[in-house]
Formats: sequence, C-alpha cells, structure tokens
Amino acid sequence: MEIPYDHENHPVTGVYNAKLGIWLFLASEVLFFGALFSTYILLRIGAGGVAGAWPHGADLLNIPLATINTVILITSSLTMVMAWASLKLGRFSKFQIYFAVTILLALAFLVIKGFEYGEEFAHGRYPSTSTYLAVYFTMTGVHGLHILLGVVVNVYHLFSAKAIYAENSERMINRIEVAGLYWHFVDLVWIFLFPVLYLL
Amino acid sequence: MQNNGHAHGHGHGDHGDHGHGAPESFIRKYVFSVDHKVIGIQYGITAMVFLLVGFFFILLMRWQLAYPEQALPVIGRLFGVTRMPEGVMLPEFYNQLGAMHGTIMVFLGVVPMAVGAFGNYLVPLQVGAPDMAFPKLNAASYWLYFVGGVIMLASFFIPGGAAKSGWTSYPPLAVIETAGQTWWLLGMVFLINSSLLGSVNIITTIVQLRAPGLQFMRLPFLVWAQLVTSLLLLLAFPPLEVAGFMQLLDRVAGTSFFMPSGLVISGEAYTGSGGGNALLWQHLFWFLAHPEVYVLILPAMGIVCEILANNSRKPLYGYKALVYSVLFLGFMSFVVWAHHMFLTGMGTAISTFFQLTTMIISVPSIIILTVMILSLWGGSIRFTTPMLFALAFIPMFGIGGLTGLPLGLSVADIHLHDTYYVIGHFHFVVAPGTLLALFAGVYYWYPKVTGRRMNDVLGRLHFWPTLVCMIGTFMPMFVLGMAGVSRRLYDGGATYAHAQDYLWINQLITFSSWGLALAQVFFIVNFIVSLKKGEKVEDNPWQGTTLEWATTSPPLGHGNFEGPITVYRGPYEYSVPKAKRDFSPQHLKRG
Repeated sequence: MEIPYDHENHPVTGVYNAKLGIWLFLASEVLFFGALFSTYILLRIGAGGVAGAWPHGADLLNIPLATINTVILITSSLTMVMAWASLKLGRFSKFQIYFAVTILLALAFLVIKGFEYGEEFAHGRYPSTSTYLAVYFTMTGVHGLHILLGVVVNVYHLFSAKAIYAENSERMINRIEVAGLYWHFVDLVWIFLFPVLYLL
Repeated sequence: MQNNGHAHGHGHGDHGDHGHGAPESFIRKYVFSVDHKVIGIQYGITAMVFLLVGFFFILLMRWQLAYPEQALPVIGRLFGVTRMPEGVMLPEFYNQLGAMHGTIMVFLGVVPMAVGAFGNYLVPLQVGAPDMAFPKLNAASYWLYFVGGVIMLASFFIPGGAAKSGWTSYPPLAVIETAGQTWWLLGMVFLINSSLLGSVNIITTIVQLRAPGLQFMRLPFLVWAQLVTSLLLLLAFPPLEVAGFMQLLDRVAGTSFFMPSGLVISGEAYTGSGGGNALLWQHLFWFLAHPEVYVLILPAMGIVCEILANNSRKPLYGYKALVYSVLFLGFMSFVVWAHHMFLTGMGTAISTFFQLTTMIISVPSIIILTVMILSLWGGSIRFTTPMLFALAFIPMFGIGGLTGLPLGLSVADIHLHDTYYVIGHFHFVVAPGTLLALFAGVYYWYPKVTGRRMNDVLGRLHFWPTLVCMIGTFMPMFVLGMAGVSRRLYDGGATYAHAQDYLWINQLITFSSWGLALAQVFFIVNFIVSLKKGEKVEDNPWQGTTLEWATTSPPLGHGNFEGPITVYRGPYEYSVPKAKRDFSPQHLKRG
C-alpha cells in the first residue's frame, strides 16, 4: 500500500506530506520557544525593581565563544543548503561532503557550548544560583538538545542516503530538504537566543 | 467478575478469527501495527479502560465526601495502611485520587478517545485515504500515550504516592510535593509528545490525502472538528511542555522559576534562589488548558452532527455556518485563558479583556448548538440508540455552556471561583456533554469497526439511567457551589459552618454516581457480548452518505478501499428530491 503524495507534490497544496508535516512541527516549536522567551520577559520584568537581581549576560558569560558559535551555526545552515542543492543536482559525493561538514559544525557548536557550561560551573554558577542563570541554562539547554536531535537524525541520513537515493532519488532529496528546514529553524532560534541572553 | 470472564473469552476467540491466513505476525498486525484502524482501536480500548479507572477513583472519593472519615466497607482495607488505614481514606490519598482523576479523565481518557480513537479510525476513512499520512508516527503516538499512562498509574506505588496537587499542579505546592509530582511531569511529557505526533498526522492527512473531488467544503463536519482540534493540540501543548520542564527543574535542579523570593514553607524559609513567579505557571498552564477544553468538546460536536444528519435523514442546517463557527472558536480559544485567573489580582483592564473574549467565544458555540437543533426541524427522525445519546448531548451541553457564562464574568466569578459550581459547570460540558457524544459515536460506528450491531435494548437500558444519574450527579453541584462550598475539600465541607445545611447534597451526588456506575454495566456487557453475538450488518447499516460507509464493514485490511474513490457531492445529501433513495452517498455518481 502506498500513501499518496509521500514523495511527490500535491497538485493543489504544492507540497509533499512530510514538508507540510515539518512546517506544522515547526509551528509548534515556535510556540515552544515562544513560551520560553515569554518566561524570560516575565521573570526579567518581575525582577526589574530589585538592584542586581537581573545580571548582565556580558558580566557572566563568554561572548567571544558565543560569537564563534553563532558563526559556526550560520555556516552550518549554508552547508546544509549546499548539501541539499548538490543532491538535487545529482552530485552525490558533493552532497556527502557538505552534509558531513554540517554535522561536524553542529558537533563543534556542542563542544564549545560544553566549554561554556564548564566555565560557568567552575565559577560556581549553576541553574539554581539565580533566576537569570536558570533561564540561561534552560533556554540554551533545550536549544542544545534540539541541535543534538538534529545531529542524530542527520547522521542517520548520512549513512542511509546511498541506498535510498539509488532506490528513489526524490524521496532522499525530500528527506534532506525536511532535515534542512528543521536545521534552519534551530539556527534561527540561536539567532534570537544570542542577543537576548548574552547582550541585552 | 462476570465481565472479566467475557473479556477473556472474547480475547481468545478474536485472535482465532483473525489468525486465518494472516500473512503478518500477530505482534506486527495487532500490537505494533501501523494501520490507522488498529491504532484507533488500540486508542479506544486503552482510553475506555482509563475512563473506567478515573471513574473508579472518583467513586472512592465520593464515599469520603458523603461519609467523611467513615470506613469504606468491604474493599476499603485493600488499599493498605498508607492509603486507607482501617478503610478510612487519608487526606493524602484523597489528594492523589483527586489529582489523578482529573489527569486521567482529561489526558488519558476523553482526549485519547475523542482524538486518538475516533480521529484515527474515522478521519482517513472519511477523507477517502488508505491510511494516515505518517503511519509509523501514528503508531509512535499511541505507544508514547501508553507509556505516559503507565507512568501515571505507576506513580501510585512509589513512596509518597502519586501527584497530589490537582490536575492543574499549581506551584509552589506542586514544587515541594513528594516524588509523585516528578512522575506526573514525566508522564505529561510523554502525553504531550504523543499528541504532537497525532495532531501533525491528522492535519497532514486532512490537507493532503482527501480523495479527488472531496473539496474542503465537502468534508464531513467531524473531519472539520478534528482538524481544528488538532490545530489546538499542536499549538497549545508546547507551552505546557515548557512549563513542565521548568517545574521539573524547580523540583530536581533547585531552580526558582515558579518560586517567589521570601517564601516560607511550614515555618521554614525556602532555600532556593527565589525570584520566580507562581503565576507564570498558571499562565502557561491555562494557555494550554483552555484550548484543551475545546479539544474535549469539538470532536464530540463533530460526532453528534454526523449522527444527527444521518438519523434525521436531512442535511445539516447551515453547514457553512458550522464550519466558520468552529474555525472562529478554535482561534478565539487561544485568547481566553486568563478567565481562569480572575482572582489572581491581574488588574481590571486585563480582566475586562479576557471577560470580553470569553463572552465572544460563546457566540460560535451557540451557533453550533442552534445548527444542531435546527437540523432536526422537519426531519424524519429515527430514534436509534446513537441518536438518543446525540439528542441528549444538545440540552446537556447547553446547560454546561450556559452555566459557564457567570464564571466568565469577572465579578460573578469572585463568588463562584473554586466552588462546586465550577465543578458542576465543566462536568456538565465533559460528562453529559462529551461522554454522551462519545457513547453515541461508539454505538454508531461499532458496526463499521466490527461488522456487528450493539444491542438496542441494552443500549436503552444504558442510556436512560446514564442520563438521569448524570443530571443527578452534576446538577446538585451548582447548588452546593452557589452556597459557597469549595472544591477540593477532603470532607466535602463537613467542618465549615456555612456548608452544614447542604451536606445532604454530597450524599445525593454520591448515590447518583453509584447509579451511574451501575448503568455502565449495561454498556460494558453490550460492548463485549456484541463482538461475538451482535446482529450481523451489511456494509452500510445506517444508510449513511459519508465515505467511511463506502467500504466494507469492517473495512478491508491495510488500505481501506477496494479501488480509487472519487467524491461527487457534499457530505449530507439525505432525502434529495427525485433521488431513488433517501440517501445519496458521496462516492456514487448517481445517488
């Protein structure tokens, strides 16, 4: 039994099933991170009157490392698009290189993030230390989990791509496109997290 | 006991029946199946078991409310000294039952039944699709739900017992409670992810997999209701997941998201960093839980509309009005949540805003009810068992909805907030409202699923006592609430001076709930016995028009329809002038 529009576009909606599915998932993700940003705003305003209750991110966090991480993530979005485009153009080996680079950049992000966390812990700053740090660790933590999930899925794609591409190239191209949509969203979240937590 | 006997007897027979010539292994076909029909049945059975468990919990609590601190005869001692020493319920156990009754009924009973079972089984059939868009995600959704349910039930057996802070889990109380609350949060994470997968699946199926010719305005209203319901689940649950994570961190990592500075617990200062906000939880919780109310009611409205049209043998009056109402209702349900929080001191301006939106949201609900009533006008009504339940839904939901209006007015709410009036209101919506509709759906689609009809005599024996006892259970709660008796009282108000004249009402409610329990025996017996002994039916026993009746009953294996299906007309073409029959199915070119 074949599900209709599993890998070909629906003539009216113009998308295949998984593409609509991932957009719906991302809509729910917007609400997920939206709730976290709302929490940040509410708790920060709540702390407003008390001197020193809301520290400046710059005083506690390592901005240079976070800047490097921002560059890494944006680059990984670029390589993700290049991987998808290569596959679409039928250049499979190029796809493999770009896609592997995307995964490596994501891992680099996580390693640097780990160093940042280590630095905080070394200074005795934990989620329980202050509301600001609780928000910082929670928001960057769930973002990190999203990166990790992306890495796991992408590694699976990297190793299963050859067989699926040979069997049905359209299906594999779609999978990379869907993985890419998720990846760009996770990048976008970081673009908001960085100024909100580190700079403001 | 007798029921159990039937259940086992049936279980074996069932396996035998389907075993013949099955190419797939039993486990693959019936346990870890990816067929939406099997998953729908799994959802349905699991949800009905949870509904029974939740009902059993409240029966235990009702004993304590009617006869405070008296020993529960016979079974009381079975619960052990940590819960009911000498058969007398401890306050801690009462709180566990209360929290888990709400949690189980909402998240493990009604929603999985309305969306998981009916949505899964009927949406692909009614849109003419071979399965859901993502069959594997569908199975994953069921198993996440199952694990979430197991975690919830298992939490009764850990030290300190299950969660005790109500189904709303308000901090700071929930943060300082025993480990059961952590299990509750973990269980909720499973349930939330289950509903995420389910809702993405249902929306994609409806948008992408409609049969040729099945335009949006030809969809059965149940499909519209499921579409809006899934949109609500998709967008409303993530904030609760975030809130759940934060409460988990407050409990295990010592953060203070919801713990304000200067908090004193049992005479000792709270040692966390403070600076949190307990109201933040309430906002995030109700941002989910108000749309959740519509998740509970919209599929029920969809089911009732299907049955009303079929059994009055005429098209729904105002189909477009229904569709636009349900879309508007879905949108508005996101901007009314703080009417649950009028007493938190959020200021008159904000209270007025939420009061206004709450009054506005009642308009589409009333349009839907009006459409239902007008749909009956001039029809030739068949009083079948599902129709009885569907008809009863209309006034019962009406009472539930109208009694909500005083709660939505911020001034009246000052008196009524957190009293039994609130309990009466939302139980009228969910029990005589949604549950009657779900029963109607079970009776109506039972022949579709099994190829057999449920017994009508037993159906009527189920219907009338259920209706009377539900009114007897929930109507007195309005009186109790207006007299000022608070909800969540361990003794039902026995120690309160102002409640003394009304304590007899607690006993009346308890007697009614016993009657309600007895009435369900007819349903359970009917449900189980009809699997083997029910009257065999042809493919379209109710002479319906929608696509689920275009295939065999029960439907063919994985794939649903014999060949490609094309739709030529709207969903409710009953009694079309000059047609041969009084129903014109959607898939036939000449009705």
